[in-house]
Amino acid sequence: MSVPVTQPPVPPEQGEPTTLTGRLALYQRAGGVITPLLTALLAFAVGAMVIAFTEGSARDPNWTAAAKTFRAVLDGTGLPWLIHWFVDPRTIGATHAIYPTEADAVAIAAINLQQTLILTSTLILTGLAVAFAFRCGLFNIGGQGQYFAGIIIAVAVGTHFAGMPRGFHVPLALLCAALAGAVWAGIAGIMRATVGAHEVITTIMLNWIAYWVGSYLFSLGGPLQSDTQESVPISNDIADSAKLHVFWGGIQGLHIGFFIAIAALIAFWAILNRTTLGYEVRAVGYNPEAARYGGINVARNYFLAMAISGTFAGLAGAIDVLGWQYRYGQIDIQQSDIGFVGIAVALLGRNTAIGIFFSALLFGGLLTGTSTRNLDPTVFDPELAGNLTLLIQGLVVLFVAADLLILSVWRARRRIPIPRRKPKAVGA
Amino acid sequence: MSTPEVTAPWGWLLRSEARNRQIAIVGIVLAAIGVWLMLPPLGDNIRNATGAYGVIPVFFGVLAIAAGIWTVSRGERKLGWSAVAAGLIGIALGLVAADGSISDHEAVFVWSSLVAATLRWATPLIFAAIGGMFSERSGVVNIALEGMMLSGAFFGIWGADRFGHWALGLLTAVVAGGALALIHAFFSIHLRADQIVSGVAINLLALGLTGYLYIKIYGEQGTPTELSLIPNVHLSFIEDVYFIGPIFGNMNLMIWLALATVVISWVVMFKTPIGLRIRSVGEHPRAADTVGISVFKIRYAAVVLSGMLAALGGAYLSIGFVGSFAENMTAGRGFIALAALIFGMWKPFGAFGAALLFGFSSALARSLPEYSEQAALLFETLPYVLTLIAVGGLIGRSIPPAAIGRPYEKQ
Repeated sequence: MSVPVTQPPVPPEQGEPTTLTGRLALYQRAGGVITPLLTALLAFAVGAMVIAFTEGSARDPNWTAAAKTFRAVLDGTGLPWLIHWFVDPRTIGATHAIYPTEADAVAIAAINLQQTLILTSTLILTGLAVAFAFRCGLFNIGGQGQYFAGIIIAVAVGTHFAGMPRGFHVPLALLCAALAGAVWAGIAGIMRATVGAHEVITTIMLNWIAYWVGSYLFSLGGPLQSDTQESVPISNDIADSAKLHVFWGGIQGLHIGFFIAIAALIAFWAILNRTTLGYEVRAVGYNPEAARYGGINVARNYFLAMAISGTFAGLAGAIDVLGWQYRYGQIDIQQSDIGFVGIAVALLGRNTAIGIFFSALLFGGLLTGTSTRNLDPTVFDPELAGNLTLLIQGLVVLFVAADLLILSVWRARRRIPIPRRKPKAVGA
Repeated sequence: MSTPEVTAPWGWLLRSEARNRQIAIVGIVLAAIGVWLMLPPLGDNIRNATGAYGVIPVFFGVLAIAAGIWTVSRGERKLGWSAVAAGLIGIALGLVAADGSISDHEAVFVWSSLVAATLRWATPLIFAAIGGMFSERSGVVNIALEGMMLSGAFFGIWGADRFGHWALGLLTAVVAGGALALIHAFFSIHLRADQIVSGVAINLLALGLTGYLYIKIYGEQGTPTELSLIPNVHLSFIEDVYFIGPIFGNMNLMIWLALATVVISWVVMFKTPIGLRIRSVGEHPRAADTVGISVFKIRYAAVVLSGMLAALGGAYLSIGFVGSFAENMTAGRGFIALAALIFGMWKPFGAFGAALLFGFSSALARSLPEYSEQAALLFETLPYVLTLIAVGGLIGRSIPPAAIGRPYEKQ
């Protein structure tokens, strides 16, 4: 393989690229935006079938229940708010019965949309945590652990140093949490770079270590447990000076973490496409051997890619604590799966900045719309809906794996017939 | 995969031929230190200062056992087993020394119950880890063990409830686990999808599916209390034997089955042509294909088998151990099993030893809160930390089968 040093290493045109990233990059150019859309649609269609068959029966599927549920979920996301300047948001939702006046419906939709966007911000960051490593050919499934690392440090910094000016306290907490995420992911990066330990194994282990260390820190009598509520395994509230500014809505309104997430998206795009580091990361992702041949330090890029990924996940933890949760407890640790949703976000968004934004919005909306708080329980049991969300996530991830196949078949049709027919002709 | 670029600063450890022996000796010394720290003059001070009684000898003892298992799995048997034994004895002596108030009789009772608890906690891990071994030895990464276990747990209890007998429950669980594994197999073998992506998807699917069905079928009341559960095996002839009786005299059927699975899988994997085929497909699929072994068939069989075994582990949890189901009840045990598999070097007895060690740490974490609840929580990290150290090569590298994670393409 003679790749001149001066030319960017391109994925090989013939045969299978050596890494998953290489394959994805190839198919991405082939499938564009169509396949992710189809993937999501297909997953939702299966979700609708699950509702129709379980609410009705195998012979008589209850499609109206499915349609009603999806309308209620759409209401729960608050997305109809986006059209309230032009039409009554109730026309696309199903809130007629609950909110008689348009003003009420708009107000509730605004609150719901704030929830959706709060979750979207976090998902953008955990999605980026998966995507950045992915572009380097690494599969970071440790977003959850890195998120916990961010949470723990954000709580530690946020609950201490009360009275520090906001202008220092907030950036300090954000910075420390991002660093914590970077360190936690960096462990996996270093292990991959030096001894070649597979990052999937190490990040799984690091996830669970973070899980139990977090459980310990917030446990009764633990180092970060509350001073005032001695019988509750939860942290102190963070100081007012560490809280992120809320710019839309009241309690649990949309905080400036949203802009941090957007900035992170832009940073992700800029690092990958406009810097030497990004060039090297992509080159390693396409083909580590070619990159090494081209004089790129592969080990260094493995470490940096993981550390940058961890930074995103650590920031995700920080904006959750500083933006709306303000405290964290054992139960939150046990119930959190935001880092894993990040995997679905990144895969569906095809590891691109714009794709991640939209898939984070999709999953953010889905999770908010099916939450106990937002889904109308008279239409569909939110507990069922929560599991349906997991099912849809699983299907999305599965279909992403499958659409690689669809595309490869599509690609094969264009190219392969010629060599395939030859042996046949000889045989006949 | 990529070869190490930079020599680790601890490279001397990797190079040294005498490393295994050194580690075993360190293990034995650690166990001795653990006991020594608990002996009267020092022990009293430590006890007064920390209030933590048993944590110290247990901590050192477990380290010793870990070192021992490592050494054994790398061929240095005599010293390795000595380290394991020293660790166990160290924990026992240390705990006895730490708490002089309990009588010998009680100590035996405590110890036999702890061993029994270890076996109970280890059983699901053994099934899943052995299952994972088949899949990974054939070259298919299986991080979906967690999901397969979970579906086994749910469908086990559903089958036992629906068909009225635990055996049919087990059968349902095996079918469900196998079906889920079949999806994983289809995607990662036929469709050549990334095996990690597929595994993540299976885990999510299992979580959503079992949760959905659980709420839909059992709802608020939870699973019925009047269930046909997997029975214990009464062995009246050893029931009264000192120490052994309380452990093996009345043990759950599934624990016996797990022990049998370990032995059988070792025989199959290393003493039969089937095992040779599985291993060759995982190490060098092209060569295996050339000599006429069907890579696809072997891999399909291995992955489906792994799903079935993992589901048995899950079913033991729901209808053998706990007697009910809860959403996400496996709570990461599939990943501990994966850790045990890696820690045990993809070998049946290695995985078994690691599962016992991790089961022991779980059993201990459940009985530690009497001493210190926080220490118990930190103790839960042990399997993961040890595995991290293992794959990091600090004490001898865990090296996976050569063709693992790579889809095979026929030519």
